[in-house]
Amino acid sequence: MCTVLTFPKFHPLNAFFGCVCLLWFVQGCSKPSNVETALDENILHFGLGAEPQHLDPHLATSVAAHNVLSALLEGLVSEHPETLKPVPGVAQRWEKLEEGKTYLFYLRENALWSNGDPVTAHDFVYSFRRILNPNLGAQYASMLHPLKNAKLYHEGKKTWEEAKVGAEAIDNYTLKITLEHPIPYFLELLNHYSWFPVHRPTLEKFDAFEKMGTPWTKPGNFVGNGPFQLVEHQINSVIAVGKNQHYWDASSVRLEGIRFYPIESVDTEERAYRAGFLHLTQSVSADRIDYLKEKYPDELYFEPYLGTYFYRFNLKSPPFDDLRVRQAFSLAIDRQRLVDKVLKGGQTPANTFTPPGTGGFYPQPQFLHDPKKARRLLDSYLSEKGLERLPPIELTYNTSEGHKKVAEALHGMWNEALGVEIRLFNMEWKVFLSTISKGEFSLARAGWIGDYVDPHTFLHMWRSGEGLNMTGWANASYDKALKLGETSNSEEERWGNFQICEDLLAKNFPVLPLYFYVHLTLRHPTVHGWYPNLLDHHPYKYVYLQKEEAP
Amino acid sequence: MKKFVLSRVVQAVPTLWVIATLTFFMTRYAPGGPFDTEKAIPQEIKVKLESHFGLDRPLFDQYLLYLKNLLRGDLGPSFKYPGWEVSELIATAFPVSLTLGVLSLGIALLIGIPAGIIAALRKNTWLDYLPMSLSMAGICLPTFVLGPLLIYIFSTQLGLFPPLGWYGPADWVLPSFTLGLFYAAYVARLTRAGMLETLQQDYVRTARAKGASPWRVVTRHALRGGLLPVVTYLGPAFAGLISGSFIIESIFFIPGLGKFFVTAAFNRDYTMVLGTVLFYAALIILLNLLVDLLQAWLDPKARQAQ
Repeated sequence: MCTVLTFPKFHPLNAFFGCVCLLWFVQGCSKPSNVETALDENILHFGLGAEPQHLDPHLATSVAAHNVLSALLEGLVSEHPETLKPVPGVAQRWEKLEEGKTYLFYLRENALWSNGDPVTAHDFVYSFRRILNPNLGAQYASMLHPLKNAKLYHEGKKTWEEAKVGAEAIDNYTLKITLEHPIPYFLELLNHYSWFPVHRPTLEKFDAFEKMGTPWTKPGNFVGNGPFQLVEHQINSVIAVGKNQHYWDASSVRLEGIRFYPIESVDTEERAYRAGFLHLTQSVSADRIDYLKEKYPDELYFEPYLGTYFYRFNLKSPPFDDLRVRQAFSLAIDRQRLVDKVLKGGQTPANTFTPPGTGGFYPQPQFLHDPKKARRLLDSYLSEKGLERLPPIELTYNTSEGHKKVAEALHGMWNEALGVEIRLFNMEWKVFLSTISKGEFSLARAGWIGDYVDPHTFLHMWRSGEGLNMTGWANASYDKALKLGETSNSEEERWGNFQICEDLLAKNFPVLPLYFYVHLTLRHPTVHGWYPNLLDHHPYKYVYLQKEEAP
Repeated sequence: MKKFVLSRVVQAVPTLWVIATLTFFMTRYAPGGPFDTEKAIPQEIKVKLESHFGLDRPLFDQYLLYLKNLLRGDLGPSFKYPGWEVSELIATAFPVSLTLGVLSLGIALLIGIPAGIIAALRKNTWLDYLPMSLSMAGICLPTFVLGPLLIYIFSTQLGLFPPLGWYGPADWVLPSFTLGLFYAAYVARLTRAGMLETLQQDYVRTARAKGASPWRVVTRHALRGGLLPVVTYLGPAFAGLISGSFIIESIFFIPGLGKFFVTAAFNRDYTMVLGTVLFYAALIILLNLLVDLLQAWLDPKARQAQ
């Protein structure tokens, strides 16, 4: 039986009143976007990409941390916003002695911490001593190994005093740095956050000298010496910095503050940009490039980035223990087609391992496309082994649509040129890292972003026994050329040795460079003083907001 | 009643212990560790890190120490964000998820219950077909489609609400509706089913025969019984809502618990995984208890059973 009941009557006046109330509420909610208010407030709204794990410069390990720390702290030198060449920072000048083995830095007396304390040479010595302290467990401490005897202290073999580490405060405003050997890119290294100073009294207050995870980096506690100071930190929400009035060059700083939003989803970040929530995105989804090119042609930027996307071969397991197979796999790849037809994001084909132009080094392109030669090499291997075809090859990559796309494209190329069957294995990130580090792979995806603009940041990975190598490849000639390239003072000699390294990589094929990264970003036209550069470093004191000029 | 509540609280302790134990060992046996990174960490640094977090001790010692600390209410520091205690992160994120959850539930109930009642009362008419079709669409339409759609209409096009963030009440509207509409669809269908069953009951017919007004029959007699399936559903649904939604938090960039829940597992942030799992388990236990009490209040048969 169906029960039919009547219920209170719908009155149009009630509905009308309800709609009016709702509209009034909605109107009250709406407010101008961040980008609209930013011009008056002088606040930059910045898509950070990820939440930094640490805001302690000696423990930080990420690009996100760099983006925040470069606002809060300043090293001995700063960098030119366009060329990234060293310009005076806390040190107003410096002298290079003993052909670059010793440096004397003369610190400016008006450099202050955000609480008004002077920044002294002793602060830098304290900071170097802290990051190298073996008990701190700093992951980037090796960045300071160029300091004389720093490694001895860092490995706990000697105390700081016994080791006589090459960092000495001559007086409050003179710092002497002695290196193990001359390093041509030493001044560029100083812009890495691992070389930034920390405020000794603050660290002592929180007993943070050799402890990680103390609250000294929280707002209200953090004392920095950069153009901005930490105002607010809500994890996974916002990191806000405001202008540091004690900064020695405060008059040049045009922004009143920066708000960093750790938005991990590229789609969310893009929506945030389109709705005027952000001035800048950290990245852009490759799938959205065509749409954004059409809708935001003047706001979408393809900027060079110091990174190489590559695959590692495992030389300890067949068939990649044979040079011919590795070479065949490399020659079968049409890198140009990969970037043009698959990636479509402005990437460039990697015919070398080091991106051309890194620090002025242009290696000869050697990883080329020659499918016929690839077939011949593979046939020679197969006939020697008495095989008709290669057994299926496992290609391992961490779960990501982008990596999958590349893997599938390469699968197609190898199948077409070599008739090889490839099995794609995607793994969750930590499982992937664990698998690769144990050497349980045949062919695996990898990527590397340079820490400084010098070929060494790429080529050192393939030194025998280096933790990042993981291919099982070791070559004494390579190690020798790399060492010579590291220590030589002559550019010609360095480039010559680095070219030998590149030649050896291209002769032995422990790796398969595929393409060079590009930094894809959306940037609002009101942002000025922001220049493309290889490391995507943008010293904030040069950045300012200005209304778009009418066309 | 007191005895019932007390016995449930006592039962909760071994349940939480089993969950803590299983989670502890499952996370430890998962491949990869919290300090695995693409840039290989030197062995001596890894040793220091492991020692800092107590991972250098035998596994069973770590387990006992964890239980000991747990009894003191200490969930330990996050491995991923070493400057933050797990309890501190949960305490920061939970109010956000709670607000979002309560608002979403409010929207779900405000839309779902009336829609379900109307559909039941007007069975097999357009007033039944329309809300039920919409609710089926609501169930089928994933939040990752509905969320961006609402952002596109109400933020990008009309500029009425912020597209993302959690900085003020205006930010609450779109995510609450996205999540609320999804749950409203379930609530509407459950309400309709419950009401249809209740409206057939003798006591409803008796009420009508005694001359009670239709409004009174629905609100005073039928609704109480008709909402029982909804109440049963609400316990776990509410726990799910207030413990955060990873998808909604990603779409709307909300600093809630859901993100910690998911990323902690990916990051092998052992303490955070344990903290969020135990917190969620405690919430489920508490809310199930509340649901049982609510059902007892609504349904005399359930009261007797207890």
